[in-house]
Amino acid sequence: MSADTVVRPRRNTLRPVWEEQPSLLGQLGKGTILTLVVAVVVVPLWVVVVTSLSSEKTINSAGGYVFLPREFNPSAYVVIFSGGQITDAILVSTIVTLAGTALSLVVTVLAAYGLSRPGTLGHRPILFYFLLTFLIYPGMIPSYLVVTGLGLKDNLLSLILPTAISAFNLVVLRAFFMSIPGELYDSARMDGAGELRVLTRIVLPLSKAVTAVVGLFYAVGYWNAFFNAILYIDRNDLQPVQRVLQQFILAGQSPASSGAAVAIPGLGSTVPPSLAIKMAVVVVTIVPALIIYPFVQRHFTKGVIIGAVKG
Amino acid sequence: MSAPPVAEPQSTAVRAKKKVKAVSRQQLSFGQRLRRDWPLLLMCFPAMALLLVFHYLPALGNIIAFQDYNPFVGDDPLEAFLYSEWIGFGNFEYLFKTQAFWDSVTTTLSITAFQLVFYFPIPIALAVLLNSIMSPRIRSLVQSIVYLPHFFSWVLVVSLFQMMLGGAGLLAQTLRQAGHTPPEIMTNPDTFMFLITSEAIWKDAGWGMIVFLAALAAIDPSLYEAAAADGAGRWRRMWHITLPGLRSVIVLLLILRLGDALNVGFEQFVLQREMVGREAAEVVDTYVYYQGIAVQQWGVGAAAGLFKAAVGILLIVGANKLAHRFGEQGIYSKR
Repeated sequence: MSADTVVRPRRNTLRPVWEEQPSLLGQLGKGTILTLVVAVVVVPLWVVVVTSLSSEKTINSAGGYVFLPREFNPSAYVVIFSGGQITDAILVSTIVTLAGTALSLVVTVLAAYGLSRPGTLGHRPILFYFLLTFLIYPGMIPSYLVVTGLGLKDNLLSLILPTAISAFNLVVLRAFFMSIPGELYDSARMDGAGELRVLTRIVLPLSKAVTAVVGLFYAVGYWNAFFNAILYIDRNDLQPVQRVLQQFILAGQSPASSGAAVAIPGLGSTVPPSLAIKMAVVVVTIVPALIIYPFVQRHFTKGVIIGAVKG
Repeated sequence: MSAPPVAEPQSTAVRAKKKVKAVSRQQLSFGQRLRRDWPLLLMCFPAMALLLVFHYLPALGNIIAFQDYNPFVGDDPLEAFLYSEWIGFGNFEYLFKTQAFWDSVTTTLSITAFQLVFYFPIPIALAVLLNSIMSPRIRSLVQSIVYLPHFFSWVLVVSLFQMMLGGAGLLAQTLRQAGHTPPEIMTNPDTFMFLITSEAIWKDAGWGMIVFLAALAAIDPSLYEAAAADGAGRWRRMWHITLPGLRSVIVLLLILRLGDALNVGFEQFVLQREMVGREAAEVVDTYVYYQGIAVQQWGVGAAAGLFKAAVGILLIVGANKLAHRFGEQGIYSKR
């Protein structure tokens, strides 16, 4: 029997030929599990968003959280963005995240590039210096003493500087820089380019994806900063969003009592229900991650695996 | 020399070039190397300085564990450090005699053990399940959704749990409307272990899949085909090919987890300590915080932190030895 007499059935599946037909029960089981897993993540977020956009009437008739969207009522967002503690917190977190991520990225990229060529002066001891941070932890109390000793209490730098460098991110970036063919460096240097020029003109354009992932990791870290704020920030107008979230949701403080629910221009005197305001705060803490996430998501595996293999 | 003759000239050329390079590097003096490499050194400097001040200096500062540290004997922490009295192992003696400290150690270890059993296998199972889904579209959809909570802060995760399962949460609201009394979930110390593990799973189990998915993708598909041709069914293929393919990653992560046995997270517990009470939620890290910063027994807190770090290093070295004994690579290889 020769191969060309065999009529191949048209297959509409990616399943390899040798694999047996999936059983109906198995497929159903897998489908159910995956749907459940996805629902467990999505449903809470859905409820939060819908409730944050609901009016007092809807919330009262639902008895609290709203599941089915019936209206689009952004008054809760108007309130939290129209001054008061929540607006301050959003501003503080935005500043810390932008400034912190910029600083972290610049410093980390520079160091990763400086370490990307084995054999240069001091390469091994400097690398060791960075890797040692994985093994030696600073400890909470001495850190507190150092930061307060530097006079950074109630200073936004206290939310940035102590967490500015992650040796893990540095190792990830360095591993990627090292994988760039050396000929590219050599040719650029032949043309008289200095190190900084090589870095900005050749290395960075080639490693946009990894740099983006590292940037996301840093940004998420700054946006989520919570405990350093407990330690170092006492002033109310310098608290980041995570602190506000904790005060409203977990400590049960009412947003109305915090000076947020001032008279809203254009919306009459109707103060939106405090549940909606709470939910709007939750949404605001989630949204930045949601915005950047899709752009870098496809590069995660690369970044994480490089770090795991070469670290 | 078994290399094909065509490749021969090129490879010798490369080797020759390498040799020249190596020789010339050796001949450079320190000054010449410094002149060549100073820009690179300068680039490393800002990161090194930041780590020196905010990582190594506080790490060094752990020696206040051997002091009766009193911040009020000087104008700043450094001066206070210089003037504080050295008391040797006094803080450790006090610590080891304190029941609350041992309670926190016990709680931490039981959380680690509990999560090793009920949390650790979940990313593996999820990854194997997702890997068996053929459609790339469904796969990437599920991945992007379950990775997401990893980027949420603990405040947000605990808040979401509170809003869903808490006393005024969605579940309680639904149950009340149906005429039932809602159970206490967020404030019950007896079920706290389940609660924190569920939170950890919700936040990080999806993200934990990444490593396993990569390991699964690295398994040679022809192994599966050969096994199928030999008559191995779906489960046998999973047992004899998939799981061995994941073995070294699993061992690696187990070692890391064991080394972190006293590290079960901090913010998650600080946030919920008030709700369920100290007895269920006091882990070593929260003990350090409350002893050191809240009660201002700085030396005792630092001693507890140092104890934790020392045990962590011992555990990781021990676990790695164990891995070598089982023929795995571990996190660092044998010398």
